[in-house]
Amino acid sequence: MKELELYIHIPFCVQKCFYCDFLSMPVDETVRRHYVRRLIEEIEYKSQQYKGYEITSVFFGGGTPSILMETQIAEIMEALQQNFSIQKEAEITIECNPGTLAHQKIITYKESGINRISMGLQSTNNRELKMLGRIHTYEEFLHNYDLVRKSGIENVNVDLMSALPGQTISDWECTLKEILKLRPEHISAYSLIIEEGTPFYQTYEEDEQRREEGEEPKYLPNEETEREMYQLTGALLKEKGYMQYEISNYAKKGRECQHNIGYWTRKNYLGLGLGSASLVENVRFSNTSDLQEYLAGDFEEREREVLERREQMEEFMFLGLRMIKGVSRGDFKKAFGVEIEAVYGEVIKKMVSQGLLQQQAGRIFLTEEGISVSNYVMSEFLLKI
Amino acid sequence: MTIDQNKIRNFCIIAHIDHGKSTLADRIIEMTGLLTSREMQAQVLDNMELERERGITIKAQTVRIVYKAKDGEEYIFNLIDTPGHVDFNYEVSRSLAACDGAILVVDAAQGIEAQTLANVYLALDHDLDVLPVINKIDLPSADPDRVVEEIEDVIGIEAQDAPRISAKTGLNVDQVLEQIVSKIPAPGGSPDNPLQALIFDSLYDSYKGVIVFCRIKEGRVKPGTTIKMMATGASAEVVEVGYFGAGQFIPCEELSAGMVGYITASLKNVRDTRVGDTITDANRPCSEPLPGYKKVNPMVYCGMYPADGAKYPDLRDALEKLQLNDAALQFEPETSIALGFGFRCGFLGLLHLEIIQERLEREYNLDLVTTAPGVIYKVHKTNGEMIELTNPSNLPDPSEIEYMEEPMVSAEIMVTSEFIGAIMDLCQERRGIYIGMEYMEETRALIKYDLPLNEIIYDFFDALKSRSRGYASFDYEMKGYVRSELVKLDILINKEEVDALSFIVHSDSAYERGRKMCEKLKEEIPRHLFEIPIQAAVGGKVIARETVKAMRKDVLAKCYGGDISRKKKLLEKQKEGKKRMRQIGNVEIPQKAFMSVLKLDDK
Repeated sequence: MKELELYIHIPFCVQKCFYCDFLSMPVDETVRRHYVRRLIEEIEYKSQQYKGYEITSVFFGGGTPSILMETQIAEIMEALQQNFSIQKEAEITIECNPGTLAHQKIITYKESGINRISMGLQSTNNRELKMLGRIHTYEEFLHNYDLVRKSGIENVNVDLMSALPGQTISDWECTLKEILKLRPEHISAYSLIIEEGTPFYQTYEEDEQRREEGEEPKYLPNEETEREMYQLTGALLKEKGYMQYEISNYAKKGRECQHNIGYWTRKNYLGLGLGSASLVENVRFSNTSDLQEYLAGDFEEREREVLERREQMEEFMFLGLRMIKGVSRGDFKKAFGVEIEAVYGEVIKKMVSQGLLQQQAGRIFLTEEGISVSNYVMSEFLLKI
Repeated sequence: MTIDQNKIRNFCIIAHIDHGKSTLADRIIEMTGLLTSREMQAQVLDNMELERERGITIKAQTVRIVYKAKDGEEYIFNLIDTPGHVDFNYEVSRSLAACDGAILVVDAAQGIEAQTLANVYLALDHDLDVLPVINKIDLPSADPDRVVEEIEDVIGIEAQDAPRISAKTGLNVDQVLEQIVSKIPAPGGSPDNPLQALIFDSLYDSYKGVIVFCRIKEGRVKPGTTIKMMATGASAEVVEVGYFGAGQFIPCEELSAGMVGYITASLKNVRDTRVGDTITDANRPCSEPLPGYKKVNPMVYCGMYPADGAKYPDLRDALEKLQLNDAALQFEPETSIALGFGFRCGFLGLLHLEIIQERLEREYNLDLVTTAPGVIYKVHKTNGEMIELTNPSNLPDPSEIEYMEEPMVSAEIMVTSEFIGAIMDLCQERRGIYIGMEYMEETRALIKYDLPLNEIIYDFFDALKSRSRGYASFDYEMKGYVRSELVKLDILINKEEVDALSFIVHSDSAYERGRKMCEKLKEEIPRHLFEIPIQAAVGGKVIARETVKAMRKDVLAKCYGGDISRKKKLLEKQKEGKKRMRQIGNVEIPQKAFMSVLKLDDK
């Protein structure tokens, strides 16, 4: 049977964080109720086209999915269970904001089948949390984390963020060490990206520009510091038994996020809910990003893009190389019927000679240096230009 | 149809840029009923897309209008629109020579500017009767009385009864028409004398071949006449003669003394029909050519290379086509280590260069890399030989050079008194030699400087405008060559000399130029995985240095299901950027960096 991952988008939050460019907004409860009703309709409607698929993972992302009442999450889960055929061992994740959890919520999640919780913490430093526009303190997180653990959920991720304005290496080290005490199964550690259209962009655009030009930024950590933070993350986490498996993701053995690995290995995934993106049998498409349209019951596919073989190869490379173990020659040949050398021989040679890629045991992967400048490496694998 | 020579008026309109020359021309055409305003596209005469966009005239345009005057008679007006830029000074002078009078348009608010003066003197040199017109009197800041006084004081021509008009609204333009009849003389010459006609422009048409624009000074010409160009020696049989309708050629039986029109004569190349040459009847030649012919030579040179090396033949074809219409454009193949195969091209000036560049890019769809423009230097070698150097790369070894000369221009800058200091500073920085200053009126002065041409071909005009907040106006003419201490400034990128970035500079400015050049290149060259030193050197000695720091981090921290399409576009953009780069050694240099040397003024 063919496989499919499901992504469920909950585009609501208590308050936008200053760095956030995701499709998310604070709305009142009536809108949320209306949205959940539409989402269930969409599940019922779209699932018809996927009768031949088995669901290997579900991911509730946002926004803040935990802003919904637990009964609403349970209703959505119920709809999924009834309309799709979800594998018994499927990984089912929900993203939670530490300021929004309560004992009953977690119990309901667990009862409805959710088996993984991803907590957006970002920092253990309350000053940094405030600066980021987070709605919670570290103490609130600790309380919520404790509730999660007590509920018996055995697979927990914590999101952290480095390279914050004014952050020093030792600030970052503190955050890492604090979190390691809690021994979550999984840690995602991102470098802050100053995204257009966010309040941070207004404040730090110039600084970011300076940094991009190789000059010394005033507020943001410079590139050298960023690299050190990144190295420190890898080293500290490795010491505590976390293996890095992607540019920003670390996990205890066997706890890698299966859903996300699906994105990087180009598995089929179907997005449900506002603005969600899908890839099914090499066709990319997405839902409307207009909340009014969605609430009016518009579930039409948009931005439909049939990926040519060339584009499939490009994606295979630039997504696959995000993973520490990189891409496999065998997989490439299996997918495209040609040796990877026939298409990318020269690029690989060039990148290997520059010390950015490494080849071993039938796999091609980024070196440590290659990770630092991975955009450059990945862009070289685009074929059209 | 026979035309009474006394009813012909041949004239042009001269003005400083933006004083309303083209608008007045349009209004005259419209009011004489040649075209209804509905048919008129604004500025009929500027018919190249580029001309209309930039609001300048590049090629001379001519139109014949029939005007019914208040005396009840019909008059034929030949309006010859002249190019409006110093690069085309020679063309302007030939167009003026085809006229008997000139309408001088002066802006009622701004008054006389440098180009106004230059054009008036040119017109007076050609014995034209100058008819002043005060334009833009509808502007709130208009002060026509002051401008009348200024015209009388500065130029010394009677201006009390100058029409005060608004070419935009058409107000009082009828007075201009009447004065053309009453104040501009009818053309002289006799149809019975041997043919003597002045070429003031020519263009290539794929159907008709070369179309020669001329003013018949003496005699007559008709289809069948064998004509001879007295300077180039080319001769051909006339196929068609005619005059200029609005945007079209209207054939007629013959052209005779006093008339302005065109001739086609199975000529294949505009180079045979040089502007300023005299056409005569091969079988009954006139005794001597009209005065004033000279072969125009390029003043400014640069290298032009196709961004995509495979487009070299396309570039050659395009240049050949443009040359059909532009005798002043020169080019010859050259090779650069950095840029591959291209052409060294010669132009009348920087505007001419820019126009050709834009036309190549727009009309021929070529992506070009252009090197810094330079002038022609005379290199006197120790062995007595003299080289005219147009490409810095060809400079002989310093040990073989006795001395070098560079071209100078006489420049006139008109400026309001508050900016005199700033403008003099600028001229001084550009190695100017102060000649003198005259006050036009209390608040405005005409500053005269001799300036090296290579100091004004870069960004002098921009610098002038920015330092005078747009108020200074500028005009210049060639003066001649002077001996000068010149050196070749080389640019090394990652220790490799980039031939396309070398240029000749005065030894006193070498350090300053080198420093700015390095700074500019540092901005232009993207970061690589390694550090890139950028050095400026003279004779192997490094005089300035900048460093492009190594790129240490370039990562997308997040890339999940919803991000993939967007992130891919980012990567595409990153790679796309590289496409427009030139690989020199292991450094990728953006193509526009080769032009960046043009904008070095930092005031």
